[in-house]
Amino acid sequence: MILTYIETREKKIKKSSLEALSEARRKAAELGTEAAAVLVGTGIEGLAAELSSYGASKVYVLESGSLDRYSTQDYAAALAGLVKKLCPAAVFFSATAMGKDLAPRLAARLGVGLASDCTQVSAGDGGLEFTRPIFAGKALLTFRLTSSPQVVSLRPNVFPLAPAAAAGEVIRETVEIPATTARAEVTEILQESGGEIDVTEADIVISGGRGMKGPENFELLREISALIPRSAVGASRSAVDSGWIGHQHQVGQTGKTVSPNLYLAFGISGAIQHLAGMSSSKVVVAVNKDPDAPIFKVADFGVVGDLFQVIPPLKEELKKLRG
Amino acid sequence: MDILVLVKRVPDTESKIRINRETNSVVEEGLNFILSPYDEYAMEEALRIKGAKGGKVVAVTVGRDESLVILRKCLAMGADEAVLIKDPLPETYDGLRTARIIARFVQAKYPDARLLLFGKQSVGADNSQVPAMVAELLGIGQANVVVKLEVEGETATALREIEGAQEKVFLTLPAVVSAQKGLNEPRYETLKGIMMAKKKEIPIVSIEELGFKPDELAPQLAIIKMDQPPARQAGRVVTGVAEETARQLVEYLHTEAKII
Repeated sequence: MILTYIETREKKIKKSSLEALSEARRKAAELGTEAAAVLVGTGIEGLAAELSSYGASKVYVLESGSLDRYSTQDYAAALAGLVKKLCPAAVFFSATAMGKDLAPRLAARLGVGLASDCTQVSAGDGGLEFTRPIFAGKALLTFRLTSSPQVVSLRPNVFPLAPAAAAGEVIRETVEIPATTARAEVTEILQESGGEIDVTEADIVISGGRGMKGPENFELLREISALIPRSAVGASRSAVDSGWIGHQHQVGQTGKTVSPNLYLAFGISGAIQHLAGMSSSKVVVAVNKDPDAPIFKVADFGVVGDLFQVIPPLKEELKKLRG
Repeated sequence: MDILVLVKRVPDTESKIRINRETNSVVEEGLNFILSPYDEYAMEEALRIKGAKGGKVVAVTVGRDESLVILRKCLAMGADEAVLIKDPLPETYDGLRTARIIARFVQAKYPDARLLLFGKQSVGADNSQVPAMVAELLGIGQANVVVKLEVEGETATALREIEGAQEKVFLTLPAVVSAQKGLNEPRYETLKGIMMAKKKEIPIVSIEELGFKPDELAPQLAIIKMDQPPARQAGRVVTGVAEETARQLVEYLHTEAKII
């Protein structure tokens, strides 16, 4: 069995968890085993049907009042209990903020290794092999985990969704959460203004660099973003370090690594640490006045020109398309 | 309040990474090594907490003798002590192994530390594993990817970054906190600090001293290969009147790439 942890926020399943489940099902089929899913929380049993439509033969539901709100320790304890009972070959997570917080805690609790933020999983003779970017994508590491179960987190936006009908038998499990004196509790979630999607989750990232010249001009990128569904505004380190936009938008080696379907770079020259963070994008488009900017070496489509001249007609063309 | 800051030596972010295919490792020759950028935020936060609440800041790394340089930087920034846990193995990319070494070290040498600060990930291995694993092995709470931290007596409140929002986490101490960019603005070392750091002795703790048996630290992952990522090819470049290039761009995205 490959067990996939399904992350929910406000009682909704995260898309990246469905990506992880889709990949778990593909690998389970290759290994001749089944894919199961686990939901943790309260009032979430109704989500099981969605998981069966992505190939989960069984959906385990760990419900308990104390699991209503995410807590690393309680969730890790609950999952460890289930894993010890089921003995799956592997446990998949999506490498989201929660996945990166929870998967290592679970792995340490089980005393096993963790393959984090993988971009490829292959089933070979010796079991699963994992490939993950290191140095923010300047190199790729391929390895096996020698301990069992294999705990794995998968990078969001990389693995394709694959709907597939499966039984989706719902199994409720009661879990005992050991009381601990050392606590870490989420007491509040502070939404960012506008409910923007994160650059790591967006299908399209529209980024600005030093060529944006000032914080006010990032409004131009937000206007483009408003015309494109599931897009988010990103930035280079120099734009962030100049204080033009918050660091949570930064793409690159000291920011976020993104793999959107489209990466649009405006006024970004393409420093090596920036390229590391966005080179796994499916399509890259760059607009820059400098024809020698390194960004053009990685761009599928480049526009040499002044971004302030290009953006207004670009917006008009996008509006026409939306019609 | 004693604060441990766990740091790592990494190649600077402008480095080009070359690979030795025989050993499946990064070629270190010619690389400029630095204190991992996120660790600088952790160091700075420790120094600020010490400034406000008193106590001692200890910088700790797991590595070879080459890592003494980053410990000297931590001392120059203002750490009171620094310790090198000498690991005979080069990079294993195995977070659990490093976490076990650190957890054992904390229990043996600094059982009274109230706060363990890390960078949210090392720039390089990019694992984001060790802080949470150390917290689990020590049975204490954690807050990762933290952009604000307030310590009050035996508790702390951290703001941690999640997708499109922040989680407020209430912690009882001792606890593990990993730092994200935005937590603070790290200070530069002063000349005086650098001079003082040179004179300080850095104790070295061996793996054997921590009581590990030979097999106990066998890596949990077996490296098959290390590769360069596939190189991207430069595509078409257009130039000319803005209206025309904008039209060509949207046409490309719509009809050729079929994204919009």
